[in-house]
Amino acid sequence: MGWEDMVVRPDAQDDDPTTMTLEAFADTIVPGAKRRPGDTAVAGVSGSDGAVAAGALELLYTPATGVTAGLADASRALNEHALAYASEHGLATGEAMPSFVALPYAYRRDLVHRLTTPGHPEKDIWVSLALFCNMAFDSAAHLPTADAMAARHPGLRAMGLADPDEDGLWRFPEHTYGRELADVHPDTTPSGSPT
Amino acid sequence: MSSVESTDVLVVGSGFGGAIAAYYLAAGGARVVVLERGPWLEGKDFEHDFLLGSSYTRAFDFVVGDGMSVLGGNCVGGGSVVYFAAMPRAPRFVFERHGSVGHRMWPSTIDRDALDPWYDRVAEAMPVSKQGWPDVSYAGGLWAAACHHAGRTANPLPVAIDNDLCTNCNWMMAGCRFDAKRSLLFNYLPGAVAHGAEIRPLHEVQQLSRTADGGYRVHYNRVDGEDYRVHTGDGTIDAKLVVLAAGAGATPVILQRSEPELGAMPPAVGKYFSGNGERLNTAVLNEDRVRDVLGLTRGDGIAYEANQIGKGPTVASWDRLDGTLPEFSRYSLEQLYFPPGLGTILAQVPGLDDPAWFGPEKKEMLERWRSWLTVFLMTEDDNEGVFGPPPPTGNAFRISQQMLGRGPLSYEPTPNTLHGWAQADADVKDILERDGLAEVAPWTNDLVGAYTVHPLASCRIGDDPRTSALDDRHELRDHAGIFVTDGSAVPGALTVNPAMTIAALAERAMPGIVDAARERGIDVSYGAPVPGADGGAGGSVPVTVGSGER
Repeated sequence: MGWEDMVVRPDAQDDDPTTMTLEAFADTIVPGAKRRPGDTAVAGVSGSDGAVAAGALELLYTPATGVTAGLADASRALNEHALAYASEHGLATGEAMPSFVALPYAYRRDLVHRLTTPGHPEKDIWVSLALFCNMAFDSAAHLPTADAMAARHPGLRAMGLADPDEDGLWRFPEHTYGRELADVHPDTTPSGSPT
Repeated sequence: MSSVESTDVLVVGSGFGGAIAAYYLAAGGARVVVLERGPWLEGKDFEHDFLLGSSYTRAFDFVVGDGMSVLGGNCVGGGSVVYFAAMPRAPRFVFERHGSVGHRMWPSTIDRDALDPWYDRVAEAMPVSKQGWPDVSYAGGLWAAACHHAGRTANPLPVAIDNDLCTNCNWMMAGCRFDAKRSLLFNYLPGAVAHGAEIRPLHEVQQLSRTADGGYRVHYNRVDGEDYRVHTGDGTIDAKLVVLAAGAGATPVILQRSEPELGAMPPAVGKYFSGNGERLNTAVLNEDRVRDVLGLTRGDGIAYEANQIGKGPTVASWDRLDGTLPEFSRYSLEQLYFPPGLGTILAQVPGLDDPAWFGPEKKEMLERWRSWLTVFLMTEDDNEGVFGPPPPTGNAFRISQQMLGRGPLSYEPTPNTLHGWAQADADVKDILERDGLAEVAPWTNDLVGAYTVHPLASCRIGDDPRTSALDDRHELRDHAGIFVTDGSAVPGALTVNPAMTIAALAERAMPGIVDAARERGIDVSYGAPVPGADGGAGGSVPVTVGSGER
């Protein structure tokens, strides 16, 4: 079984505008390789799996996050921001795809930076979504971690997390250089505290 | 129709401030009830799992404010269950700090010498032990070697960890599965329970009101054990004396919410919050340079690649803990482990223009995660945090089922704080970028503000009623019979990990609180030995509970 089989996909189809927009947002945070020819949501500025492949949408659609109910509204708002941004920069968007998806990566990145900068009235929303997109990659918070490791979750693997023991727990018997590596501060108490 | 429930002492919160109070009051003969908003977990409940809903999210609270976010415990044992067990005493100069108030922040009765006997008691109870170099993790050893290379000193930290049981799994933030970390579940709390204290998890105190006989009525909500956004009931308990120890992010909120019933609060309630001057830097090590410049190898040809291995912080550099230096320029630089999920997003790509916290370069940095070294800066901040109006319940509007919420704290760092951060950042850069060892950058403050795991001072002790909410006995001014013993009572940043000082202050406060309890008609005495000592209850056996949510 691969890691893709472990998660419950949202009901929406891959060409659903909300799905595409959220995928494009997640791909802006941790970019990945295009999944197929013609993949528009994933910009393809990285050669390996990113947040989308790691399960960002599965995590966003996990009700425990508290953001799930607002995803459709967030997607609409992001496309409205993208439309205004495109107009401001003289970029074409067209109607073939959601406005945010139509933006090249550099512009997606600039817009997300703008939305997450202190002072932006919607900053909380976009920071929350970015946080969960990043968590899908760096901690696979939608999956039991030992299972995600066993199934070669792309984020945990990319970061190089060591495998747990057979019981799903981590132990590192080798953990120290084992020798004195600095002089301790001259003003240290016998119990090891600063004076 | 039921009668009103009553007790002698009601303790709010079961972290260091609450557990120590509950132990001595129960041991002295008082009827004690402890209300804790989080679940009651023990060794077998502590998981190695990032899955939402695991102990990692059950036991933690992460409250985002304006300019400051606070990470705190949310379980029986409070911060001690999720802390990294570093237990240094605060340096002498800290007690002489003035901050920006123009006079000594600490009560005249407290300095390092006065607190040392109470530190000794905590060290015996936990217990706290000095570490040797074989106890130091690869990450701590690397930091020590880099400090030495830069002409600095570096100390193995005193910790509350049983090294014989520790597996160096670095999952301390989710609670210790191996019972190696000496949390309050092993000493003060079982001691309190053995003397009859009753601990009720998943009870979140909202406010206090007065009773006709001069005591207090404590109003609480019951919290669902899985979805903390859901309340399953409410209730009240009357008490002759209340000890508030809900943590520096919650104690002032409870008092603010109580103001319509109790009357005006002292002006320092919910002000002077300190994030302990905390800030983080992430370095990405050049493995070849670690081997060639520092001469480090793990024995298998690998120089480091050990970010995941260890037990939180093990080594700190204390060269700037120098009382002759001006205030706001003194700090410790401590090696730390910060797990994925909670802070990785805030690490910035060294040398990259804004935005440096996301994008393809950040992904490349994540791919070198094993070679990360996190350095924790504990500086002297300026107590600039202020709590706004309380949310409807608790201390935050809860966004997620567990952990993530939005709170009323605002924090705008002053030039003093910014100066300390910049100086400490530059110091870390000087140490770690020397001879190409690493590239380093501070975490961004743009997303969730500054970030503290050690909230302090939001309801602090002092001699000046304008700038301290508590007198030097920890009693709330103008509200006799309410005491505060948690981190909110600490006057300001400590430049080191604060758990030891919070605990020592709670120990020191106990004789006075017992006296006050007697004056309020409670049959109680002070004099119990520390838990685990001869004659004291508790010690090697953890608190035993049935369901984890009793």
